[in-house]
Amino acid sequence: MIFLPRPAGPVPGTRPEAGASIPSRYDLLAFTILFAVLIAAIHGSREMEQPLAALELAPVSLSPQNLYEYALLSTLRMFAAIIASLIFTFVVATLAAKSRKAELVIVPALDILQSVPVLGFLSFTVTFFMGLFPGSRLGAELAAIFAIFTSQAWNMAFSFYQSLRTIPKDLDEVSRHFRLSGWMRFWRIEAPFATPGLVWNTMMSMSGGWFFVVASEAITVGDTKVVLPGLGSYLALAIEKEDLTAVAWAIFAMGIVILIYDQLVFRPIVAWADKFRAEQTATSEKPRSWVYDIFRRSGLLRFAGAQFSEISDWFGRAILAATRRRAPTVAQTPGRWGDYVWTGVVIAAAGWGLWTIIAFVRTNLGMDDVITAFALGLVTLLRVLVLIALASLIWVPLGVWIGLRPWAAERVQPLAQFLAAFPANVLFPFFVVVIATFHLNPNVWLSPLMILGTQWYILFNVIAGASAFPNDLREAATLMKASPRQWWRDVILPGVFPYYVTGALTAAGGSWNASIVAEVVSWGSTKIEAAGLGAYIAKATEAGDMARVVLSITVMSLFVMALNRLLWRRLYRFAEHRLRFE
Amino acid sequence: MEARVKDRAHGLETLLTVDGVSHTFGKGTASQRLILDDVSLALKSNEIVSLLGRSGSGKSTLLRIMAGLLQPSRGSVTFDGEPVRGPVDGVAMVFQTFALLPWLTVLANVEFGLEAQGVKPEERRRRALAAIDLIGLDGFENAYPKELSGGMRQRVGFARALVTHPKLLLMDEPFSALDVLTAETLRTDLLDLWVEGRLPIRAILLVTHNIEEAVLMSDRILLLSSNPGKITAEFKVSLPHPRNRLDPTFRALVDDIYKRMTARADVARPGVFPGLGIGMILQRVSSNALAGLTEALAAPPYNGRADLPDLTQALQLELDDLLRLAEMLQLLRFAELAEGDVKLTEAGRRFAGMGVDERKELFRQHLITHIPIIAHIRRVLDERPTHRAPVARFRDELEDHMDEESAEETLRAVVSLARYGEVFAFDEQSNTFSLDNPT
Repeated sequence: MIFLPRPAGPVPGTRPEAGASIPSRYDLLAFTILFAVLIAAIHGSREMEQPLAALELAPVSLSPQNLYEYALLSTLRMFAAIIASLIFTFVVATLAAKSRKAELVIVPALDILQSVPVLGFLSFTVTFFMGLFPGSRLGAELAAIFAIFTSQAWNMAFSFYQSLRTIPKDLDEVSRHFRLSGWMRFWRIEAPFATPGLVWNTMMSMSGGWFFVVASEAITVGDTKVVLPGLGSYLALAIEKEDLTAVAWAIFAMGIVILIYDQLVFRPIVAWADKFRAEQTATSEKPRSWVYDIFRRSGLLRFAGAQFSEISDWFGRAILAATRRRAPTVAQTPGRWGDYVWTGVVIAAAGWGLWTIIAFVRTNLGMDDVITAFALGLVTLLRVLVLIALASLIWVPLGVWIGLRPWAAERVQPLAQFLAAFPANVLFPFFVVVIATFHLNPNVWLSPLMILGTQWYILFNVIAGASAFPNDLREAATLMKASPRQWWRDVILPGVFPYYVTGALTAAGGSWNASIVAEVVSWGSTKIEAAGLGAYIAKATEAGDMARVVLSITVMSLFVMALNRLLWRRLYRFAEHRLRFE
Repeated sequence: MEARVKDRAHGLETLLTVDGVSHTFGKGTASQRLILDDVSLALKSNEIVSLLGRSGSGKSTLLRIMAGLLQPSRGSVTFDGEPVRGPVDGVAMVFQTFALLPWLTVLANVEFGLEAQGVKPEERRRRALAAIDLIGLDGFENAYPKELSGGMRQRVGFARALVTHPKLLLMDEPFSALDVLTAETLRTDLLDLWVEGRLPIRAILLVTHNIEEAVLMSDRILLLSSNPGKITAEFKVSLPHPRNRLDPTFRALVDDIYKRMTARADVARPGVFPGLGIGMILQRVSSNALAGLTEALAAPPYNGRADLPDLTQALQLELDDLLRLAEMLQLLRFAELAEGDVKLTEAGRRFAGMGVDERKELFRQHLITHIPIIAHIRRVLDERPTHRAPVARFRDELEDHMDEESAEETLRAVVSLARYGEVFAFDEQSNTFSLDNPT
């Protein structure tokens, strides 16, 4: 949090805001919020340290009074994961941007990790973290936090890395010209420049985050059953007890949590991040947030900010004093040979890794297992493609309609974003009850669950695209009396296409992940199952069959990567190249 | 301040020297491009020196070498008796694009350089406010750059440079991103401060492509030729400040420099374009502007022949853009450039008087006759049964003669010219040339 809004203290010629020296009501509000967060954090973290034995004394209960505490705990896990993701981003992405050797490894690794269905990894991570802290709840907590972390960290790091690589030339020259220390260059130039992209990416990962909170709080791996108090385990218990009222309570609580999170955390951050946008033009629409306004107007907080910036300033100067004495450096071309050797080492390590996996799978599985996994992968692929196509048929026309009408867009856009952040797995029980009651074919009717939460990305991206569509083009089309066919084909569809691709890409990625929880669902003792790779992973995890888990996750990663490379990236490049308004 | 005035009377100590600097861009030996060729110069105290050259003359590269941002391929730079091996204290720079940090206020932007030097906060603020005061930014301390007009932003750029109390101020086309009025105000404000001795600097180096700006501001003008950059002439300007653009001596000097800049082009026949035959580097120009220029030249008052300084004024064009157009006309044998004049040829006169279709036909003939790369591509397309050829093939051929960037620029110019002359078609999606003609 070093790049806090830098308080511009009173300077001659400008009038300091009235009443800055006495506490105002904004101070009161800001402090209430801050203290509430602080107390909640202390309370929650104390509970997390309890040994596992204590958990069994106070098992999750379905009474709605406890929901407040469960929601709090789930939120804290979310926070912990975001902080971990930020630290990971700053360290790893910076390393990748600064060191060519690190870049060779990190960038492809991030690229792959982005397409790995991390939900399938839960079985490994739970075992790993439980082993790290035997007998303590901390291990299970860390496993859950890690699961959320994996849903955000990769694309946050990727976005940060790309921003670092695209620092405008003139800013780079300024930083070299003034001989900034690495510390100052990072906090004053690189981090601010990367902030808007990072915030945006963090927001886009939110849906995944909540989804994983719900999925990771109650897990069964072989004989180990882990239940962490939280909204996810509350829901799991409700499903086990076939209690629809409790499910409704869980949905309600989740909705409230997301709303509060949005208002108190994300809006303020987005409003604040707006000033880091590098364009030198004033935009007509500024993101607003009442919380951010309160924080900015609060004199006491500004005072705290000033103290903080003084400390960071002092720190910066201390670092400068320690490093300044080095001779000024000029960019130099590093040796080619070192690169070759390093590449060799990396390839060797990767080869060894591949060999280990193959050997592991081979000793435990046969060729027919591989064929089965691939066949099931094709089934899930078919589901993803059909669902994306169906969702597009519905949401593209609706999104265009809404986006072209500012009054509608203004109302629908926040709703679409809310729905995208809402973890769809909380809603699953309702669908399951319907399917079970009417004995519907699970292979068909379980499929929509995969896209339940991710379709909203298509909607809100198309709305954004239609809203940004230039008015003069619409007027020109109207004046030329374009037929409806022409209007869709030549005017609006190419116009929203770049936005649509972004949305569809995110939706497809999320659907793969969702298949792991959507292809096998249960309601009490009823278990409904569809054929697919997601179901295969889920069953292998529950059975603790590590060999099949490894195999199926590898296969799914391959499918996701192939789809990304062969379809989405091409569409994306085409859209960027041909269909962007300059 | 008194000390400064005395200092100025004191005489001319050498502040910075550039000694035999050459610079090349591009990797590999075949595609290397010489940007600067054996440049030497010396900057003395109490003078404003302009580096005047067209775009591509390497003047910005030279400036960055002096600032220590680039290391020259050969030669050395000495500042204040010390060799320059990286950015040094005592040299400040003003950027064409302002290069302000959009997330910092005006005040924080000005303090920025001091913070990098480890100056304490109170001292920083004091000096920043003084610089803001000096440069006329009072009242804007808490504004963000995006709230300011271009002129105000560049004032922040000046304040940020001056606040570090440099000995030498380097300016990289500081006024060229501003509108005419704003630029003039900023120039005079800066000159006033300089003449009154209120700037905490000892010398200014200004990089520009604007001849009048150079004459208006500097004590010495160094003319940099293009491809490669070489200092070809030096002009001393001893007119007292404030200078009057309409003063006959001022005008005579401007005319002189114009002649010098265009005369050089004439010497370098057969083309001002670097490279010969297929390896000629072309720059993209608008075919509409080409046609427009022939029309303007053919019409009164020029009747086929015009003085370049007059023409830049009348057409409201930058000299650089005008020369680029005129040189393309020269390459196509529609015009000739000599002694600061541009003159239409017989073909050029005919071209100016034609209708659209005839024009295209004449343009097409001249393209095939006079631009080797276009003739070459057309020949290949004619010979092939499919009448198509991938662009990559010609790019490879071009890269035998020039670096990648120039090859790309040349291809873009070729596409634009060939499309106008309907010599061949270009399909972006498949990246091929063809003889297809949509009917």
